Amino acid sequence: MLLREVEYVKPGSVAEALELLAANDGARALAGGQTLINVMKARAASPDMLVDLNGLPELKGIELASDGTLAIGAMTTYTELMRSAEAKARPILGEVCATIADVQVRNRGTIGGNVCSNDPTNHLPPLMVAVGATMTVLGAAGAREVPAEEFFLGVYMTAVGPGELLTKISIPAGKKDGFAAVTLGADGTCLANAAATVNGSVRVALGCVDAVPVVVTAGSPDGIADAVRSAGLDPPSDVHASAEYRLHLTTVVATRAAEEAASR
Amino acid sequence: MDVSVTVNGTTYARDVEPRKLLIHFLRDDLDLTGSHVGCDTGNCGACSVLVDGVLVKSCMLLAVQANGASIETVEGLSENGELTPLQQSFNEHHALQCGYCTPGMLMSATALLRENPSPSEDEIKKALQGNICRCTGYWNIVEAVKAVGK
Repeated sequence: MLLREVEYVKPGSVAEALELLAANDGARALAGGQTLINVMKARAASPDMLVDLNGLPELKGIELASDGTLAIGAMTTYTELMRSAEAKARPILGEVCATIADVQVRNRGTIGGNVCSNDPTNHLPPLMVAVGATMTVLGAAGAREVPAEEFFLGVYMTAVGPGELLTKISIPAGKKDGFAAVTLGADGTCLANAAATVNGSVRVALGCVDAVPVVVTAGSPDGIADAVRSAGLDPPSDVHASAEYRLHLTTVVATRAAEEAASR
Repeated sequence: MDVSVTVNGTTYARDVEPRKLLIHFLRDDLDLTGSHVGCDTGNCGACSVLVDGVLVKSCMLLAVQANGASIETVEGLSENGELTPLQQSFNEHHALQCGYCTPGMLMSATALLRENPSPSEDEIKKALQGNICRCTGYWNIVEAVKAVGK
Protein backbone atom coordinates (compact mmCIF):
# COMPACT_ATOMS: atom_id res chain seq x y z
CA MET A 1 0.00 0.00 0.00
CA LEU A 2 1.14 3.53 -0.68
CA LEU A 3 1.65 5.46 2.53
CA ARG A 4 0.78 9.10 2.90
CA GLU A 5 3.74 11.29 1.97
CA VAL A 6 6.25 11.36 4.77
CA GLU A 7 9.69 12.80 5.34
CA TYR A 8 12.38 10.36 6.40
CA VAL A 9 15.42 11.20 8.49
CA LYS A 10 18.05 8.83 9.82
CA PRO A 11 19.90 10.66 12.61
CA GLY A 12 23.49 9.77 13.43
CA SER A 13 23.12 10.16 17.20
CA VAL A 14 20.49 10.07 19.93
CA ALA A 15 21.04 13.79 20.50
CA GLU A 16 20.22 14.49 16.87
CA ALA A 17 17.14 12.25 17.07
CA LEU A 18 15.89 14.17 20.10
CA GLU A 19 16.42 17.49 18.33
CA LEU A 20 14.47 16.30 15.30
CA LEU A 21 11.60 14.99 17.45
CA ALA A 22 11.47 18.19 19.51
CA ALA A 23 11.66 20.53 16.50
CA ASN A 24 8.96 18.83 14.41
CA ASP A 25 5.44 18.46 15.78
CA GLY A 26 4.54 15.80 13.26
CA ALA A 27 7.70 13.75 13.81
CA ARG A 28 7.51 10.23 15.10
CA ALA A 29 10.27 7.85 16.14
CA LEU A 30 10.52 4.78 13.92
CA ALA A 31 11.80 1.73 15.80
CA GLY A 32 11.28 -1.72 14.27
CA GLY A 33 8.25 -0.51 12.35
CA GLN A 34 6.32 -3.73 12.82
CA THR A 35 3.38 -1.78 14.24
CA LEU A 36 3.96 1.77 13.02
CA ILE A 37 4.30 0.99 9.31
CA ASN A 38 1.04 -0.97 9.43
CA VAL A 39 -0.92 1.71 11.26
CA MET A 40 0.44 4.21 8.72
CA LYS A 41 -0.98 2.03 5.94
CA ALA A 42 -4.36 2.17 7.66
CA ARG A 43 -3.90 5.96 8.16
CA ALA A 44 -4.46 5.37 11.88
CA ALA A 45 -1.17 7.25 12.26
CA SER A 46 -0.01 9.87 9.77
CA PRO A 47 3.30 11.31 10.91
CA ASP A 48 4.85 14.04 8.74
CA MET A 49 8.34 12.85 9.55
CA LEU A 50 9.84 9.52 10.52
CA VAL A 51 12.97 9.66 12.66
CA ASP A 52 14.56 6.27 12.08
CA LEU A 53 16.27 5.01 15.24
CA ASN A 54 17.87 2.05 13.45
CA GLY A 55 21.62 2.40 13.31
CA LEU A 56 22.04 4.16 16.66
CA PRO A 57 24.42 1.92 18.62
CA GLU A 58 23.62 3.87 21.81
CA LEU A 59 20.14 2.34 21.77
CA LYS A 60 21.34 -1.21 21.16
CA GLY A 61 22.80 -3.91 23.31
CA ILE A 62 22.18 -5.85 26.49
CA GLU A 63 24.46 -5.40 29.49
CA LEU A 64 24.53 -7.37 32.71
CA ALA A 65 25.82 -5.36 35.68
CA SER A 66 27.69 -6.95 38.58
CA ASP A 67 24.58 -6.64 40.80
CA GLY A 68 22.61 -8.69 38.26
CA THR A 69 20.69 -5.78 36.74
CA LEU A 70 20.08 -6.06 33.02
CA ALA A 71 20.28 -2.89 30.94
CA ILE A 72 18.53 -3.44 27.63
CA GLY A 73 18.77 -0.85 24.86
CA ALA A 74 15.35 0.20 23.62
CA MET A 75 16.20 -0.78 20.02
CA THR A 76 17.07 -4.36 20.97
CA THR A 77 15.03 -6.75 18.83
CA TYR A 78 13.06 -9.70 20.21
CA THR A 79 15.44 -12.05 18.38
CA GLU A 80 18.48 -10.39 19.97
CA LEU A 81 16.89 -10.71 23.39
CA MET A 82 16.08 -14.39 22.80
CA ARG A 83 19.69 -15.13 21.80
CA SER A 84 21.44 -13.02 24.40
CA ALA A 85 23.51 -14.87 27.01
CA GLU A 86 23.21 -11.85 29.34
CA ALA A 87 19.41 -11.83 29.11
CA LYS A 88 19.37 -15.33 30.63
CA ALA A 89 19.75 -13.50 33.95
CA ARG A 90 15.97 -13.08 33.65
CA PRO A 91 14.93 -16.10 31.55
CA ILE A 92 11.27 -15.07 31.23
CA LEU A 93 12.27 -12.18 28.93
CA GLY A 94 13.55 -14.38 26.11
CA GLU A 95 10.79 -16.92 26.69
CA VAL A 96 8.03 -14.36 26.22
CA CYS A 97 9.76 -12.72 23.25
CA ALA A 98 9.84 -16.15 21.56
CA THR A 99 6.02 -16.17 21.60
CA ILE A 100 5.62 -12.80 19.87
CA ALA A 101 4.31 -13.06 16.30
CA ASP A 102 6.80 -14.84 14.00
CA VAL A 103 10.47 -14.97 12.99
CA GLN A 104 10.26 -12.03 10.60
CA VAL A 105 8.52 -9.75 13.10
CA ARG A 106 10.87 -10.81 15.91
CA ASN A 107 13.86 -9.97 13.69
CA ARG A 108 12.71 -6.34 13.32
CA GLY A 109 10.42 -5.62 16.26
CA THR A 110 12.03 -4.02 19.29
CA ILE A 111 11.41 -4.15 23.02
CA GLY A 112 11.25 -0.35 23.10
CA GLY A 113 8.77 -0.16 20.24
CA ASN A 114 6.57 -2.74 21.93
CA VAL A 115 6.30 -0.94 25.24
CA CYS A 116 6.07 2.54 23.68
CA SER A 117 3.13 1.52 21.50
CA ASN A 118 1.42 0.24 24.68
CA ASP A 119 -1.19 -1.77 22.86
CA PRO A 120 -3.11 -3.28 25.82
CA THR A 121 -2.94 -6.71 24.13
CA ASN A 122 0.88 -6.66 23.85
CA HIS A 123 2.80 -9.10 26.04
CA LEU A 124 5.58 -6.81 27.17
CA PRO A 125 3.65 -4.15 29.14
CA PRO A 126 2.40 -6.63 31.80
CA LEU A 127 5.76 -8.41 31.74
CA MET A 128 7.67 -5.18 32.36
CA VAL A 129 5.39 -4.37 35.30
CA ALA A 130 5.73 -7.87 36.75
CA VAL A 131 9.53 -7.96 36.61
CA GLY A 132 9.83 -4.49 38.09
CA ALA A 133 11.45 -2.85 35.07
CA THR A 134 12.65 0.75 35.12
CA MET A 135 12.42 2.79 31.94
CA THR A 136 14.98 5.47 31.11
CA VAL A 137 13.32 8.33 29.24
CA LEU A 138 15.60 10.92 27.65
CA GLY A 139 14.63 14.42 26.60
CA ALA A 140 16.09 17.89 26.24
CA ALA A 141 15.96 18.29 30.04
CA GLY A 142 17.97 15.12 30.56
CA ALA A 143 17.18 11.56 31.54
CA ARG A 144 14.59 10.39 34.03
CA GLU A 145 13.89 6.95 35.43
CA VAL A 146 10.28 5.82 35.30
CA PRO A 147 9.12 2.62 37.03
CA ALA A 148 7.13 0.37 34.65
CA GLU A 149 4.03 0.77 36.83
CA GLU A 150 4.06 4.51 36.12
CA PHE A 151 5.22 4.22 32.51
CA PHE A 152 2.00 2.95 30.93
CA LEU A 153 -0.58 5.74 31.01
CA GLY A 154 -3.34 4.73 28.62
CA VAL A 155 -4.11 2.93 25.37
CA TYR A 156 -1.16 3.76 23.08
CA MET A 157 0.05 6.29 25.68
CA THR A 158 3.16 6.15 27.84
CA ALA A 159 5.29 8.46 29.97
CA VAL A 160 7.42 9.22 26.89
CA GLY A 161 6.34 12.74 26.02
CA PRO A 162 6.77 14.81 22.85
CA GLY A 163 10.43 15.27 22.02
CA GLU A 164 11.47 12.39 24.26
CA LEU A 165 12.77 8.88 23.67
CA LEU A 166 12.80 5.68 25.66
CA THR A 167 16.48 4.74 25.59
CA LYS A 168 16.92 1.88 28.05
CA ILE A 169 15.01 -0.64 30.13
CA SER A 170 16.61 -1.88 33.37
CA ILE A 171 15.47 -5.16 34.87
CA PRO A 172 16.72 -6.85 38.04
CA ALA A 173 17.88 -10.47 37.77
CA GLY A 174 15.49 -13.19 38.89
CA LYS A 175 14.10 -16.58 38.02
CA LYS A 176 10.76 -17.00 39.76
CA ASP A 177 8.64 -15.66 36.91
CA GLY A 178 5.76 -17.00 34.88
CA PHE A 179 3.77 -15.91 31.86
CA ALA A 180 0.58 -17.22 30.27
CA ALA A 181 -1.67 -16.01 27.48
CA VAL A 182 -4.64 -17.07 25.39
CA THR A 183 -4.21 -15.97 21.80
CA LEU A 184 -6.06 -16.41 18.52
CA GLY A 185 -3.99 -19.07 16.81
CA ALA A 186 -0.59 -20.03 18.18
CA ASP A 187 0.89 -16.55 18.51
CA GLY A 188 -1.84 -14.27 17.24
CA THR A 189 -3.90 -11.48 18.77
CA CYS A 190 -4.05 -11.80 22.51
CA LEU A 191 -7.35 -12.21 24.40
CA ALA A 192 -5.89 -12.47 27.89
CA ASN A 193 -2.36 -12.46 29.27
CA ALA A 194 -0.67 -12.35 32.64
CA ALA A 195 2.89 -12.09 33.94
CA ALA A 196 3.72 -13.29 37.46
CA THR A 197 6.60 -13.02 39.87
CA VAL A 198 7.02 -14.72 43.22
CA ASN A 199 8.99 -12.96 45.92
CA GLY A 200 7.45 -14.22 49.12
CA SER A 201 3.96 -13.36 47.88
CA VAL A 202 2.69 -13.70 44.32
CA ARG A 203 2.36 -10.60 42.17
CA VAL A 204 0.60 -10.82 38.81
CA ALA A 205 0.33 -8.10 36.14
CA LEU A 206 -2.71 -8.56 33.89
CA GLY A 207 -2.87 -7.42 30.28
CA CYS A 208 -5.88 -7.06 27.95
CA VAL A 209 -8.30 -6.10 30.74
CA ASP A 210 -7.69 -2.36 30.95
CA ALA A 211 -5.79 0.43 29.18
CA VAL A 212 -2.73 -0.29 31.31
CA PRO A 213 -1.51 -3.43 33.11
CA VAL A 214 -3.39 -4.16 36.34
CA VAL A 215 -1.51 -5.65 39.30
CA VAL A 216 -3.07 -8.17 41.68
CA THR A 217 -1.34 -9.95 44.56
CA ALA A 218 -1.99 -13.00 46.72
CA GLY A 219 -0.19 -15.08 49.30
CA SER A 220 -0.02 -18.08 46.97
CA PRO A 221 -1.04 -19.02 43.40
CA ASP A 222 -4.26 -20.52 44.82
CA GLY A 223 -5.43 -17.07 45.80
CA ILE A 224 -4.80 -15.37 42.46
CA ALA A 225 -8.11 -16.24 40.76
CA ASP A 226 -10.04 -14.67 43.65
CA ALA A 227 -7.74 -11.65 43.58
CA VAL A 228 -8.54 -11.19 39.87
CA ARG A 229 -12.28 -11.53 40.49
CA SER A 230 -12.24 -8.99 43.28
CA ALA A 231 -10.08 -6.46 41.43
CA GLY A 232 -13.13 -4.67 40.04
CA LEU A 233 -12.09 -5.28 36.45
CA ASP A 234 -14.29 -4.23 33.55
CA PRO A 235 -12.52 -5.75 30.55
CA PRO A 236 -13.53 -4.81 27.00
CA SER A 237 -15.93 -6.92 24.95
CA ASP A 238 -15.22 -7.57 21.31
CA VAL A 239 -15.96 -10.05 18.54
CA HIS A 240 -13.45 -12.52 20.02
CA ALA A 241 -14.45 -12.47 23.67
CA SER A 242 -17.20 -10.95 25.79
CA ALA A 243 -16.16 -9.06 28.91
CA GLU A 244 -17.37 -11.93 31.07
CA TYR A 245 -15.43 -14.53 29.09
CA ARG A 246 -12.29 -12.37 29.02
CA LEU A 247 -12.50 -12.01 32.78
CA HIS A 248 -12.77 -15.79 33.12
CA LEU A 249 -9.76 -16.27 30.81
CA THR A 250 -7.85 -13.76 32.90
CA THR A 251 -8.40 -15.80 36.08
CA VAL A 252 -7.08 -18.84 34.17
CA VAL A 253 -3.94 -17.24 32.70
CA ALA A 254 -3.19 -15.40 35.95
CA THR A 255 -3.31 -18.69 37.86
CA ARG A 256 -1.16 -20.47 35.25
CA ALA A 257 1.43 -17.68 35.32
CA ALA A 258 1.47 -17.67 39.12
CA GLU A 259 1.87 -21.46 39.29
CA GLU A 260 4.71 -21.35 36.78
CA ALA A 261 6.46 -18.61 38.76
CA ALA A 262 6.06 -20.50 42.04
CA SER A 263 7.41 -23.72 40.51
CA ARG A 264 10.77 -22.25 39.43
CA MET B 1 15.92 10.17 -1.68
CA ASP B 2 18.88 8.44 -3.22
CA VAL B 3 18.92 4.77 -2.37
CA SER B 4 21.58 2.25 -3.27
CA VAL B 5 20.96 -1.42 -2.59
CA THR B 6 22.51 -4.67 -3.71
CA VAL B 7 19.89 -7.23 -4.67
CA ASN B 8 21.06 -10.76 -5.41
CA GLY B 9 24.54 -9.43 -6.10
CA THR B 10 23.55 -6.59 -8.43
CA THR B 11 23.79 -3.00 -7.18
CA TYR B 12 20.94 -0.65 -8.01
CA ALA B 13 20.87 3.12 -7.40
CA ARG B 14 17.47 4.80 -7.57
CA ASP B 15 15.66 7.92 -6.44
CA VAL B 16 12.94 6.68 -4.08
CA GLU B 17 10.09 8.38 -2.25
CA PRO B 18 10.46 7.74 1.52
CA ARG B 19 6.89 6.45 1.69
CA LYS B 20 7.60 3.54 -0.67
CA LEU B 21 7.66 0.12 0.97
CA LEU B 22 10.58 -2.16 0.17
CA ILE B 23 8.30 -4.73 -1.48
CA HIS B 24 7.01 -2.13 -3.97
CA PHE B 25 10.53 -0.90 -4.62
CA LEU B 26 11.62 -4.45 -5.46
CA ARG B 27 8.61 -5.19 -7.63
CA ASP B 28 7.83 -1.87 -9.31
CA ASP B 29 11.19 -0.07 -9.47
CA LEU B 30 13.53 -3.02 -9.93
CA ASP B 31 11.05 -5.28 -11.72
CA LEU B 32 11.89 -8.14 -9.35
CA THR B 33 8.38 -9.55 -9.11
CA GLY B 34 9.29 -12.84 -7.47
CA SER B 35 8.48 -11.50 -4.01
CA HIS B 36 4.72 -11.21 -3.67
CA VAL B 37 2.30 -8.85 -1.97
CA GLY B 38 -0.24 -11.00 -0.17
CA CYS B 39 -1.96 -9.27 2.71
CA ASP B 40 0.02 -6.01 2.91
CA THR B 41 -0.55 -6.09 6.68
CA GLY B 42 2.50 -8.02 7.82
CA ASN B 43 0.62 -11.25 8.39
CA CYS B 44 1.09 -13.50 5.37
CA GLY B 45 4.84 -13.50 4.73
CA ALA B 46 4.59 -13.69 0.91
CA CYS B 47 6.90 -10.65 0.73
CA SER B 48 9.64 -12.20 2.92
CA VAL B 49 13.19 -11.36 1.85
CA LEU B 50 16.60 -11.37 3.50
CA VAL B 51 18.10 -7.96 4.31
CA ASP B 52 21.77 -8.28 5.27
CA GLY B 53 21.05 -11.92 5.98
CA VAL B 54 18.07 -11.21 8.25
CA LEU B 55 14.63 -12.51 7.30
CA VAL B 56 12.07 -9.68 7.18
CA LYS B 57 8.67 -8.95 5.70
CA SER B 58 9.37 -6.35 3.03
CA CYS B 59 5.91 -4.77 3.41
CA MET B 60 6.92 -3.55 6.87
CA LEU B 61 10.15 -1.85 5.87
CA LEU B 62 10.59 1.34 3.86
CA ALA B 63 12.80 1.09 0.80
CA VAL B 64 14.89 3.99 2.11
CA GLN B 65 15.62 1.96 5.25
CA ALA B 66 17.34 -0.63 3.08
CA ASN B 67 19.84 1.94 1.77
CA GLY B 68 23.27 0.33 1.68
CA ALA B 69 21.90 -3.12 2.44
CA SER B 70 22.41 -6.40 0.66
CA ILE B 71 19.06 -7.99 -0.16
CA GLU B 72 18.31 -11.55 -1.21
CA THR B 73 15.06 -12.43 -2.93
CA VAL B 74 13.69 -15.64 -4.41
CA GLU B 75 15.19 -14.70 -7.79
CA GLY B 76 18.65 -15.04 -6.28
CA LEU B 77 18.27 -18.59 -5.00
CA SER B 78 18.97 -20.59 -8.16
CA GLU B 79 22.19 -20.10 -10.08
CA ASN B 80 22.47 -20.58 -13.85
CA GLY B 81 19.04 -22.18 -13.94
CA GLU B 82 20.05 -24.75 -11.34
CA LEU B 83 17.53 -25.04 -8.52
CA THR B 84 18.80 -25.03 -4.94
CA PRO B 85 18.30 -28.32 -3.04
CA LEU B 86 15.42 -26.61 -1.21
CA GLN B 87 13.71 -25.55 -4.44
CA GLN B 88 14.28 -29.01 -5.88
CA SER B 89 12.73 -30.52 -2.77
CA PHE B 90 9.67 -28.24 -3.09
CA ASN B 91 9.32 -29.56 -6.63
CA GLU B 92 9.67 -33.21 -5.62
CA HIS B 93 7.35 -32.97 -2.62
CA HIS B 94 4.66 -31.01 -4.45
CA ALA B 95 5.17 -28.31 -1.83
CA LEU B 96 3.21 -25.74 -3.76
CA GLN B 97 -0.32 -25.59 -5.04
CA CYS B 98 -1.19 -22.12 -6.35
CA GLY B 99 2.38 -21.00 -5.67
CA TYR B 100 1.55 -17.57 -4.33
CA CYS B 101 3.16 -18.10 -0.91
CA THR B 102 6.12 -20.05 -2.33
CA PRO B 103 8.65 -17.18 -2.68
CA GLY B 104 8.15 -16.27 0.97
CA MET B 105 8.18 -19.90 2.10
CA LEU B 106 11.46 -20.46 0.24
CA MET B 107 13.10 -17.42 1.82
CA SER B 108 11.96 -18.36 5.34
CA ALA B 109 13.11 -21.95 4.87
CA THR B 110 16.41 -20.73 3.38
CA ALA B 111 16.99 -18.55 6.45
CA LEU B 112 16.18 -21.49 8.72
CA LEU B 113 18.50 -23.95 6.94
CA ARG B 114 21.41 -21.51 7.04
CA GLU B 115 21.17 -21.30 10.82
CA ASN B 116 20.04 -24.82 11.46
CA PRO B 117 20.94 -27.25 8.67
CA SER B 118 19.05 -30.16 10.26
CA PRO B 119 15.87 -28.70 11.75
CA SER B 120 13.30 -30.83 13.51
CA GLU B 121 9.70 -30.83 12.31
CA ASP B 122 8.77 -28.59 15.22
CA GLU B 123 11.59 -26.17 14.38
CA ILE B 124 10.46 -26.07 10.74
CA LYS B 125 6.88 -25.28 11.72
CA LYS B 126 8.01 -22.50 14.07
CA ALA B 127 10.32 -21.07 11.40
CA LEU B 128 7.48 -20.97 8.88
CA GLN B 129 4.94 -19.55 11.31
CA GLY B 130 5.07 -16.14 9.65
CA ASN B 131 4.20 -17.57 6.24
CA ILE B 132 0.60 -18.35 5.42
CA CYS B 133 -0.35 -20.80 2.66
CA ARG B 134 -3.80 -19.90 1.49
CA CYS B 135 -4.13 -23.36 -0.12
CA THR B 136 -3.33 -24.80 3.34
CA GLY B 137 -0.68 -26.99 1.75
CA TYR B 138 1.52 -26.93 4.82
CA TRP B 139 2.09 -30.66 5.10
CA ASN B 140 4.12 -30.97 1.92
CA ILE B 141 5.96 -27.72 2.57
CA VAL B 142 7.17 -29.04 5.92
CA GLU B 143 8.04 -32.39 4.31
CA ALA B 144 10.07 -30.61 1.62
CA VAL B 145 12.09 -28.64 4.16
CA LYS B 146 12.56 -31.71 6.33
CA ALA B 147 13.92 -33.70 3.39
CA VAL B 148 16.60 -31.08 2.68
CA GLY B 149 17.60 -31.00 6.32
CA LYS B 150 18.50 -34.65 6.48
